[in-house]
Amino acid sequence: MLFLQLFYAFFKIGLFGFGGGYAMISMIQGEVVTRHAWLTSPEFTDIIAISQMTPGPIGINSATYVGYTAVVNAGYSHAWGILGSIITTGAVVLPSFILMVLISRFFLKYQKHPAVSSVFSGLRPGVVGLLAAAALVLMNGENFGTANVQIIVSIILFVTVFIASYRFKANPILLIVLSGIVGYLVYG
Amino acid sequence: MNFYIKSFLIFTRIGMFTIGGGYAMVPLIEDELVDKRKWITREDFLDLMALAQTVPGIFAVNIAIFIGYKLRKFWGAFWMALGTILPSFLVILAIALFFQQFKQYPAVENVFKGIRPAVVALIAAPTFKMAKSARINRYNVWIPIVSALLIWLLGFSPIYVIILSGLGGYIYGRLKSKH
Repeated sequence: MLFLQLFYAFFKIGLFGFGGGYAMISMIQGEVVTRHAWLTSPEFTDIIAISQMTPGPIGINSATYVGYTAVVNAGYSHAWGILGSIITTGAVVLPSFILMVLISRFFLKYQKHPAVSSVFSGLRPGVVGLLAAAALVLMNGENFGTANVQIIVSIILFVTVFIASYRFKANPILLIVLSGIVGYLVYG
Repeated sequence: MNFYIKSFLIFTRIGMFTIGGGYAMVPLIEDELVDKRKWITREDFLDLMALAQTVPGIFAVNIAIFIGYKLRKFWGAFWMALGTILPSFLVILAIALFFQQFKQYPAVENVFKGIRPAVVALIAAPTFKMAKSARINRYNVWIPIVSALLIWLLGFSPIYVIILSGLGGYIYGRLKSKH
């Protein structure tokens, strides 16, 4: 049952994941944290941080991580956990395969069709909303802390990293490493 | 060397060295397949790139699938996609296997306490960049705001937001073309 749920959740993520990696975060969070509680909010944030520092797209990284962790947390052995990660990773890319076969037959003809561009004129602002939601949902006590000192440090880090990334286009890996060092020094 | 093994290895190498997501892979694939090996023309490559961004799914995997399918149908797509996925699959699996034990050290938890708000900022920042490229103006700004509030405050599934906004765009387009 768990394996079926994992397959179905990641198949949906692959099928409705429009707008690239960051927009997909909202989708993954909706299924994995909000709906099924396979990961807690901080665990999910940690996997995004790990994703930024390791090779590969966030969609694949979180599928692999969740597939393993959800199965092992449910009391199965490591081997079943590995099977879980193969199922989720396969499920998230399966829609792309199916779509490609359909596209090569039909979609290429209709790509410039007015109906298709109408759909995308609605999808684009929706995806912006998804991205905003991903950030808002993660701004919680689990990620920012509940003790006063940690909340203040978290807000300073958030504002600094936001400005460094948005205004100065600083390297995300560098920002993650520096924030980790700050955490180590402040809370150590 | 067999075509499939060769394409698998090319995409494994590209997948291994691109940190930070799919867009980092594009110049590497272009260099390898268009310039060096001339497996695909630049025009075809750019068309497939546009298509990979249009369809849902993971951008990097979509590129691999579309190029593979164009060159050798299903098995071309299969081996190139597998090559793209494998390095990140193995790295994350190794991390998942050891991360739980690793996290029990207080020092590691302290490091992550600093990292978590930074990650939230890294997700918030591209929202505004994306709002620009999606041509958000005062007439359609309600769409991202309402979608974000539905997900954030009411626990709405992002999947419904995608379906509704696509459908809304389609209906709006139909109404506009009638007038």
